[in-house]
Amino acid sequence: MKQTESLIFEKSSPGRRCFVFPACDVPVKPITDLLPQNVLRKDDAELPEVSEIDVVRHFTRLSQKNYCVDTNFYPLGSCTMKYNPRTNEETARLEGFTKVHPYQLTEQCQGTLKVLYDLEQMLKNICGMSAFTLQPAAGAHAELTGMLIIRAYMEKKGEKRHKILIPDSAHGTNPASAALCGYEVESIRSGRNGLIDVKRLREVFTHDTAAIMITNPNTLGLFEKDILEICRIVHDCGGLVYCDGANMNALLGIARPGDMGIDILHLNLHKTFSTPHGGGGPGAGPVGVTEELQCFLPVPRVEMIDSTSGGDTEKEIQKKYIFNDNYPDSIGKVRAFYGHIGMMIRTYTYLLSLGREGVCKVGKYAILNANYLQHKLKKYYHIPYDKTCMHEFVLSATKQKKKGASALDIAKGLLDYGFHAPTIYFPLIVEEAIMIEPTETESRETLDAFVDAMIQIAASIEQRPEVVKGSPKTTPIGRPDETKAAREPNVKWSKK
Amino acid sequence: MDYIPNTERDKEIMLKEMGVSSFETLLEGIPQPLREFSLSLQEGLAEPHVLEILKELSEKNFSTGKYISFLGAGAYEHYIPSLVDHLASRGEFYTCYTPYQPEVSQGTLQVIYEFQTLICELTGMDVSNASLYDGSTALAEAALLSIRFNEKNKIVLSRSVHPEYRQVIATYLKGLRTEIVEVGSPEGITDVDQLDRIIDDRTAAVLIQNPNFFGCVEDMETLSSIAHKHGALFVACVNPVSLGILKSPGEYNADIAVGDAQVLGNYLNYGGPYLGFFTVKKEFLRKIPGRIAGETVDSNGRRCFVLTLQAREQHIRRQKATSNICTNQALLALRACIYLCALGKPGIKELAHLNIQKSHYACEKLSALPAVKPLFKKPFFHEFAVKIQGNYRINTMNEHLLKKGIIGGLEISRYYPEFDNSVLFCVTETKTKESIDRLTKELSQI
Repeated sequence: MKQTESLIFEKSSPGRRCFVFPACDVPVKPITDLLPQNVLRKDDAELPEVSEIDVVRHFTRLSQKNYCVDTNFYPLGSCTMKYNPRTNEETARLEGFTKVHPYQLTEQCQGTLKVLYDLEQMLKNICGMSAFTLQPAAGAHAELTGMLIIRAYMEKKGEKRHKILIPDSAHGTNPASAALCGYEVESIRSGRNGLIDVKRLREVFTHDTAAIMITNPNTLGLFEKDILEICRIVHDCGGLVYCDGANMNALLGIARPGDMGIDILHLNLHKTFSTPHGGGGPGAGPVGVTEELQCFLPVPRVEMIDSTSGGDTEKEIQKKYIFNDNYPDSIGKVRAFYGHIGMMIRTYTYLLSLGREGVCKVGKYAILNANYLQHKLKKYYHIPYDKTCMHEFVLSATKQKKKGASALDIAKGLLDYGFHAPTIYFPLIVEEAIMIEPTETESRETLDAFVDAMIQIAASIEQRPEVVKGSPKTTPIGRPDETKAAREPNVKWSKK
Repeated sequence: MDYIPNTERDKEIMLKEMGVSSFETLLEGIPQPLREFSLSLQEGLAEPHVLEILKELSEKNFSTGKYISFLGAGAYEHYIPSLVDHLASRGEFYTCYTPYQPEVSQGTLQVIYEFQTLICELTGMDVSNASLYDGSTALAEAALLSIRFNEKNKIVLSRSVHPEYRQVIATYLKGLRTEIVEVGSPEGITDVDQLDRIIDDRTAAVLIQNPNFFGCVEDMETLSSIAHKHGALFVACVNPVSLGILKSPGEYNADIAVGDAQVLGNYLNYGGPYLGFFTVKKEFLRKIPGRIAGETVDSNGRRCFVLTLQAREQHIRRQKATSNICTNQALLALRACIYLCALGKPGIKELAHLNIQKSHYACEKLSALPAVKPLFKKPFFHEFAVKIQGNYRINTMNEHLLKKGIIGGLEISRYYPEFDNSVLFCVTETKTKESIDRLTKELSQI
């Protein structure tokens, strides 16, 4: 698949048709009898005119230019590129789920509502939180939701706190979400061990700080060992602890954020709970909170009315699922309707498949795989925080950089070995960072093959760094000119 | 079933290689009290059992595949050509990440570029992003862009904008010092005179939906010129299907045009995931939220695509980013892209025409009934509101219809107490003459 695939617009030929609608079966009136001339568009939208085989070949060929979890190992740190089970796809595509309108009465949607209700119970249990909203569309959206909850809570208490504290190792969405909510962002420098410096936290977390946004395990893949103390310090000062759950995969069955003292937690169903990334969405970002913060969650909430009486047999039928909008302290709605239902069904399916034992194995094998990789790569790459990691770890290509090849070059080099690149240059606190997250769904053999590739790249850099710098060679395109793209933006096709 | 390939034996081999005596050693950093909990989940199930459970649950829902539905109001039932499901469910599209490595993501990147082009064609706008969560959040982001751009703090929006969209905007703007003012729509479209009175020099933007929540077509040209007269941006929230025939935002000089493209090849899914789109005039290119794909060349000089203008984004700019958004709705954008290619230039027009013909046929039929009166006398696209006369309640009507296999319209007093006992019917190309006649027949018994 080396050749370029022309744009669908360039394949257009007047008169070609793909899909055709049935003829109109109601009496047809002239359009100007129905709408005034001045609301009608003058020129037709120039959509391509192509045949069905054109469309099928075009998109099939395009698909073949993508690496994906189905074809390659994707050690993308912080993204949890685990296998996306096909069972989930099967259930999410059942007509009873896909063809339901959000304004159908709740009596007509009991199946979906039960999924939402039960899923909330499962997530509460797995995370040790008191309640969840399933409404937010993605991780960043969940962070916004969390920030709004913090704001509402502080306002209710009559406190004016204008700052959010964020470690310098955090994801970029964290400060962006806090700022979007009107907060001033203060960065807290990580300690020399890569963790939050408790002593410093005590000094900087003051009464004008509403919350700290942490990630645990953090983006170095390290567990915040002082998490209990961190939460205590923040709570003693009247603040809240927000946890970015991007790294929740490490904790499944290992520890629960709620038990740590986390007040607000978001999950990424597209990371931890196996829903597909889809080339960048749709994700889903449920937000869990403590008992005290429940009343601020977005509305509507899904609730159950249990009027079960008598014997065991008819039990389920007596349970009725409803929407409850009656939460006067709620932050409101963060999107129209109720959330990414399709992702909820996949997650529910995943959790039914895994069950208790399966869930407990996820964190364990994710941690095992990461430590195994870290151990095997240690000899060849610098590990700035050399200790036991959780589900991911960060290498630094400083050694290789001295020879002339950067983290970027190593990432591109991996593409030629058939692996997706790890996350690079993040977290920002590590020079030439290479962030690797294998997930639990990779086998020992795959990990070994990846290690071999990394070792070969390291060796090749020692000898001839220009080889890696010239990579990738086997991919559909070579390295693109990103500067040109930004300087002379061409963001849509137009007829020459 | 846990999808974990490594066995107990693999685990032992790996631990041994690492020189670690037991797995628990790897968890030393975690305080012991945190390790003591038990999960109350059930035992894991094999696929046949999982499928059985989910199938049973799905069958508890009343599917619009089995019932004839006249619901719209922001989520619309349209026919989805078979090839959309087939092509979009390819694992290469489904299981890849955001295209950070362009060399191995040309499929997704080219799709985004084509999506942007298609959306620009439909809206008549200069620039589209790669998508946002849904129509409501896209409209909220438009409000944010406007506030940032002209450093004003008042948002004027019409009451005929989808009520849930208005709620979302209120939520999004909560943390910022802004004022939101509503313009009424007593006769089904935005009150132009009232807008003229409310708008002032502090107004960052005027937000109008077209066709609006009631299905009515707004006088976008007049509204746009009022906004511009006061130095405010004009934001149009549009239904892309309607653009097969209705004037495009580009034609009435909108600064920002957004909307939900669920209608382009995506299922109802009980409200999500949907597909927000966001388009602007050229001058706002570097202010736009979310991802954008752009064309460039590779090291061999061949055309290729990358995510571009990333200096706007949170992973670079952190708290100074144009938005906190990270992911978009790539998979749904792919579906929209395939759908629009399948329809083509004549298809999108035919689709809009079919929707207009059928909805007007239905409106005419229903309005002829003694108990049914159109609520407004304005031009409409594929939705219209009617008032049920007398003591007959909408919920009684809908209960009756359901027994006949019909899911009736949305009772609008739920959001608009000023319009009591009124119902919004939506008629897309999916409704046959026979099904519209059936609805008419059932309502004739009121």
